[in-house]
Parts: sequence; structure tokens; C-alpha cells
Amino acid sequence: MALDKHMLKSLYETMARIRAFEEQVRKEFAGGKLPGFVHLYAGQEAVAAGVCASLRPTDSIVSNHRGHGHCIAKGVDPRGMMAELFGRATGTCKGKGGSMHIADIDKGMLGANGIVGAGFPLACGAGLTAKVKGTDQVSVCFFGDGATNQGTFHESVNLAAIWKLPVIFVAENNGYAEATPVSYAVGVPDLATRAAAYGIPGVIVDGMDVVAVHEAAVKAVARARAGEGPTLLECKTYRYYGHFEGDAQSYKTKEEVQRYRDRDPLRVFRGQAEKAGWISSAEMDAIDARMAGEIQEAVAYAESSPQPRPEDIFTDVYVSY
Amino acid sequence: MATPNITMAKAINDAICQEMRRDPTVILLGEDVAGGAGLAHLKGEDAWGGPLGVTKGIGAEFGRGRVWDTPISESAFVGAAIGAAATGLRPVVELMFVDFLGVCFDQIYNQAAKMRYMFGGRARVPLVIRTMIGGGLGAAAQHSGCLYSLFTHFPGLKTVVPSTPYDAKGLLISSIRDDDPVVFFEHKAMYGLTGAVPDEPYTVPLGKAEIKRQGRDATAVGIAKTVHTCLEAAALLEEEGVSLEVIDLRSLSPLDEETILTSVAKTQRFVAVDEANPRCGMAADLAALVATKAFDRLAAPIRTVTAPHTPVPFAPVMEQFYLPSAEKVAEAVRSIVKK
Repeated sequence: MALDKHMLKSLYETMARIRAFEEQVRKEFAGGKLPGFVHLYAGQEAVAAGVCASLRPTDSIVSNHRGHGHCIAKGVDPRGMMAELFGRATGTCKGKGGSMHIADIDKGMLGANGIVGAGFPLACGAGLTAKVKGTDQVSVCFFGDGATNQGTFHESVNLAAIWKLPVIFVAENNGYAEATPVSYAVGVPDLATRAAAYGIPGVIVDGMDVVAVHEAAVKAVARARAGEGPTLLECKTYRYYGHFEGDAQSYKTKEEVQRYRDRDPLRVFRGQAEKAGWISSAEMDAIDARMAGEIQEAVAYAESSPQPRPEDIFTDVYVSY
Repeated sequence: MATPNITMAKAINDAICQEMRRDPTVILLGEDVAGGAGLAHLKGEDAWGGPLGVTKGIGAEFGRGRVWDTPISESAFVGAAIGAAATGLRPVVELMFVDFLGVCFDQIYNQAAKMRYMFGGRARVPLVIRTMIGGGLGAAAQHSGCLYSLFTHFPGLKTVVPSTPYDAKGLLISSIRDDDPVVFFEHKAMYGLTGAVPDEPYTVPLGKAEIKRQGRDATAVGIAKTVHTCLEAAALLEEEGVSLEVIDLRSLSPLDEETILTSVAKTQRFVAVDEANPRCGMAADLAALVATKAFDRLAAPIRTVTAPHTPVPFAPVMEQFYLPSAEKVAEAVRSIVKK
């Protein structure tokens, strides 16, 4: 598949935006400015960027606790996201959701989620809506290796398979469920193998290679749009930081971290781009600089935004007590 | 249009059919809501219409593009209904027996209930979860619970418990049209109850209790079947010269506090009657409501009549002992009414 320059540039830009956002969030969290928990996506950028580039604005995604990258790749405004992480009234969810619950329905982003495995049925629901209404929209469910041990995974993949729902199940196998290695917690070497139990294609792709992810996603999306049903796409990837910020990560070795850092998705892309003459390194440097500025602006926006009013807790829910 | 006497089951079926005719985004899904999915020899007819036949004929009328038989995967299909609601449909999903909530509770209380709030009002989840409650049919511990208090505990969910065919239809239509997730509890021992129900669609508002019988001497509040238990008790007490006011809550959340407190202000005596277990249940919640908001109007202690704190037993003699009865309610009222 030959990708045009515009698409290639866009893939890189999305990865760079996610990376800049996450590195900044890490600093802000360390500086004590962000309440609650944050789970950083750095290292996995190629997955969100590659998959979401295969979607239309009207398609849906369902995310998880490590959701910032998915939000950004689906077009959610980083300023609103940053304000949400700061707990401000201008946040994507008016400060009521926080990192683990960022959603932007208008952008087809149906929510990060604090419950591992909770997104599978919701993604089936978005697929069901498309099927009932006769549109050719698709939905994507992003999840980690750990979530494939939840009952909801097996129930939902089966449901999507028997109803031929237009759902793409994107497993981000980053090697660890919290502090537990996938080799301990999953009974098969590859998550994609589990697709066979439900009669759907299971595809393995290098999750550090955005072009490879994108090409695999385009195929799965085409299959879903054509009414042929779901695909399980396993992206082998790695998270650079802990399960949450503050995790000492004693379960990782230095060698392992370095091995993956050497295959950093932005660096891999740069290597490919320069070799194939897609985009010059000067152009990519310019994108990096623009993204850094964009994220600085997002922080400034968040910090200068008003706090929510305490009494706003009573809106957006029925209250009878 | 006519107002025939029909069963509660028919009233529920009519409500769903009429809303599905009115609004193409209303879909029905659940285990065997039609039944026999994919079997050519049925020629599109429903094999079941739900385990007790409540939704029979809906699949045949609307086809399998709007009536979805599901595998036995409650998390997946209840969750799919939630995801569909958040993306533009109005699903009516059946969780067959409320006792099955244990296999899908996360989707209901962490997803459906909280989405609108967590997302800062940017999502709406117009969903109805229909589910059966109640004892009296020998269905025993895992098919007879009255677990509505568990759902009523959660902000973001509305909980509705009809006691008549008329209310069942009107409340279900209101629930389907509501933009929040509603859990709609149907007492399985009441499906055969008949009452006058208009043929045309109509709504009964959520969050409004109804005074079923005016009285002077005490107020009894019932839920679903215990509304009728209270009315039977009122008939017994009338012969003794005691006048019992009976309130049907109809919705547990939102709760119509005003109707309860106004009645208690008049009668000065209060009995909460509930088929559920007593701890952290609706009867205790209502007792707390009256104690905190109307203590100075009370002339006697509050009484509750509930099931005991045991699972629902199987043997009919044990089950009858378990369930609230008119005599137990009458005895509770007698204990607080001066002769």
C-alpha cells in the first residue's frame, strides 16, 4: 500500500503530538499539579496514530485507562484534555472525569475507562448502532493485554462475531498488565491466537511501526465496513513508563527498556521516512517543535482556566436527595 | 380508542410495540426476547418471546434487525445496549432475572449510570433495562430477588417498579422516552394481573408516587406486589375501624418524597412494606426518610414489614412465610394505632 505524503506526515504529527502531551503530563504530575492517577501512553504512539488514521470522524473509538493517545489520535482537543487533567471547568468533561474518563462523543471518542475490559461491550454497542441504522460506520476498541483475560473480552468478541458487527478489536500488547508479565497471565504466546476461538481473523503487527499498524488497520476497517465482521488486531508494543506515574517498575530490566527505546516508534518512522524520502528530517523537526509549542499552549490554557464551582457537582446527573 | 382489561404482560408488550412503531431507534434485545434465532422453519415467528412470553410477537412484527436475540453473555449485550444508547439508539434490553445482575453489574453501575456525569454531560444514555423481580413462584434463591435497592443506590440510574397494568404501560413508555438509563422492574408473579389499559400510547411520569387509597390513621408505602398487600391489609383494618392510607411508590429513583411526607403529616403513623431483605433496603431507606424529615409529625414509632434477612427459600410453605402478607402489615399497623 502506497501512502501519500499527506498521510505519512499526519501519522508522524499525531505521534509527535501524543509524545509531547505525555512527556508534559509526566512533568506536570511530578510537579504536583495534577490530582489523581495518570497512566501514560508514551511508547505506544504508533498504535493510536496508525489505527485512528484509518477512521473517519463519524467512526467511534472506545478507550481505556491509558487513553490520552487514543483521544489525541481521534481528534480530541489537547487543550481541553490538559484542562481536564488539571481539573478545570474548561476541561473536556468540565473537570468531572479526569484522565481516566476523558470522552468527546462529538469526535466519536466514547470514553477512556477506569475499569479494565469494560470497553468491549460498549464498542459492540457502537457497532450495533451502525448496523441497525444501516450506516457504514465502524467502531474500534483499544485495550491492553491484561484486558483479554476479562470475561467481557470473550463475550464481546463472540457477540461481534455472531452479529458481524463492524468492530475492530485493537490489542495493545505492551508486555505487562500492571506489574504482571503477559507471559505469566495469558495462556497463549500471542493474543491474536484468541481470535480463532471466535472464528474471526487475528492479525499480529509490529506496534512500534506506525505504517505497519496503519496498513493492518486499513484492512480490518475495510472488512468491517463491508459487513464482514470484526478483526482482532494485536499490536506488539511497549510502554516507556509505569503502569501509573509513581510506579517504580522493578519488573522491567534496563536492557529491556533500552531494547524498546531503540525501536521508538517516532525514531522508527524517521528512519523509514529518510530512507524512502517521504519527509525530510527538517520537516519532522519542524513538526516536533510545533507540537511542543501546542502542548505548552495547552498547559497555559489549563493553568489559566477557572476552577469548576463546587456546586457544579449537581449538574449532569439526576439528583433527588 | 377502547380501554380493555388486559394483563400486565400484555401492557408491557403493548408499550414496547407502540414505542417501536413510533420511534425507529427503539430496539429490543436480550436472551430469547424472540427466541429461535436463525431457525428457518419458524418463518420469522418468535419461539419464545422471553422466558415468560412477555415480548412474544415483537420479533415477528419488527424483524430481527430490531429485535436481537443475544447469546447468554449479559455483560456483552447489556454493555452493547449501553454503547448503542450512547451512539444514537434507544435500546430496551432484558436482563431476564434481576438475580443475574452479578454477571454484568459493572456495565450497569460503572458505565451506564456514570457516563453522562463523567463525561461532563456530553453523553446521554437513553436505555431501559427490563428485569424480573419477586418471589411467589417457587423460583427460589437465584431467581426471586427484589434487588431494586442495589440499583437505587447509584446516582445516574432511575428505578421504576410498576404495580398495575396501567402503570406498567405508562411508566415503560416514559422510561423508553427518558434520556437517562432506567431500570424497569417487573414482578413476575404479577404478569397475569389484569386491569384497564387504554389502547393508545400514554405516559405515567417517573418520580411520582400515587395514593391508591385514602386513609386517616396510618400511611403504608408499598412497592410492586406489596402495594396490593397493603391494600388487602387496609381492607382487613377497615373492618376494625382503622383507616389505612396506601401509597404506591412506582419509582424508587427519583423518589417522590413529597407524597410520602404529606401523607405522614396527615396520618402521623408510618409503615414501609417491602418484599426485599431488610438491611440497606427500601424499607429502611423510607424509614430513615420519615425519621429525618417528619419525626416531629410522628405520633408513634415507624414500622417496617419486609422479608427476613435470608435468601428466598424454595418450598412453598417456607416461601409464603418469607413474603410479606396482609396480616403482617395489618399487625404492624395495629401495633402503632391507638384503639
